[in-house]
Amino acid sequence: MKKVSVSFTLNGEPVTIEVPTTWNLLKVLRECFELNGAKEGCGVGECGCCTVIVDGDAVNSCIYPIPEIEGRSVLSVEGISGTDGGLHPLQKAFLENNAVQCGFCTSGMIMSAKALLDKNPEPTEDEIRTGISGNFCRCTGYVQIVEAIEMAAKNKEGNF
Amino acid sequence: MIDYEYKIPADLHEVFTLLKEYGEKATLVAGGTDVMVKIRNTRKAPEVLISLRRLEDLRYIRKNGGYRIGGLTTHRMLELSNLVRTELSALHDAASQVGSVQVRNVATLGGNICNAAPSADTAAPLLVLDATVVLEGPGGRRRVPIAEFFKGTYRTVKEPDEVLIEFDIPEKMGAFGSAYWKHSRRKAMELPLIGIAVSVKLSEANEIEDSRIALTVAAPTPIRAYLAEDFLRGKPFTDQVLKEAGEIASSSECCTLRTSLRCEAWYREDMIKIFVPRMAKLAAERIKSR
Repeated sequence: MKKVSVSFTLNGEPVTIEVPTTWNLLKVLRECFELNGAKEGCGVGECGCCTVIVDGDAVNSCIYPIPEIEGRSVLSVEGISGTDGGLHPLQKAFLENNAVQCGFCTSGMIMSAKALLDKNPEPTEDEIRTGISGNFCRCTGYVQIVEAIEMAAKNKEGNF
Repeated sequence: MIDYEYKIPADLHEVFTLLKEYGEKATLVAGGTDVMVKIRNTRKAPEVLISLRRLEDLRYIRKNGGYRIGGLTTHRMLELSNLVRTELSALHDAASQVGSVQVRNVATLGGNICNAAPSADTAAPLLVLDATVVLEGPGGRRRVPIAEFFKGTYRTVKEPDEVLIEFDIPEKMGAFGSAYWKHSRRKAMELPLIGIAVSVKLSEANEIEDSRIALTVAAPTPIRAYLAEDFLRGKPFTDQVLKEAGEIASSSECCTLRTSLRCEAWYREDMIKIFVPRMAKLAAERIKSR
């Protein structure tokens, strides 16, 4: 098994790991760092349960080859809470709007929403729906999720 | 057990050195949304993957007379480009609908075209915009018109030791309006059941000076509907004329429609008849409002 050593920034901290070359970013987050927010739903970059933010862009970590992360910055759902450990406005809004049922899609959904709001702080409903179009939810029917994102955008407390 | 080496060359020169060194053992990978998925699904991998992801100077969208798009340009870059949206509209329509935001952030135009699925969304717009593919290999550069680039399903004329470095679109296509319709059941994360692109140039007297029509999922490769284009040339831009063009485009003289798992042939035929006129009208509206 060929191995590779990779250094990158994870939730603001510099990290270095050595893993098999064939591992993807999702596996590294879960196995090396026990950051189990991102989940494997399909394993082929279609469901979005594995969504994390790399260098400001939402990506499917299940098809992101780990060697490519060298020198880049990764933000997972565990990294979005405030410095005092408080909930991010998106997390609060998801809870208040019943946007979480089984929770399997939630981590990825929140990361896609964050990536959207970071670049477009006042999205229309259409833009929100496009922004989360790569995240499947089998439970909620999406309405509460869209409303939660709208609420988070309205109640923004400064920086996302 | 899947095992491979993953090389990340810093520039094109290093890419060719690696391709020469590893030959048939190596596969190029760009955004990875096709290659990594194929490895996952088939449980088979090449011995070596050569990544193009760090070749940042192949990511660009430029206009200097004609239009030049680097092979490593992501679909997201095309989606967010005002230039592409206003002057290469069909390409914007297509790129904006590929996969999802997460996929578009990494998937490249070059990769989409080299994968050469008969359903490739960006192929139809490139066909109606007269794009030329620029390939570079150990023997130097060569230019292939996009209409000659696809050899068969998932097969192109690109050699394994070549890299697709650029798409060139001639300046004159800026005077055409264009539009692409991706006909699918879902609004995201799906292949089209049928894809229809049209570009059109109208005279002052509202006649069709020139037009292009391209179809995907209508043949083993993305195709132009030349007979329908010939019919349109010089004709007045009316509903009746467009309707007839749609019928010609959907006929067996232009395409070979299949019944597949996702869709029956008769439905594809019906949709071509509806969307060729609709996209022609949208294309015409777009030049007028520019």
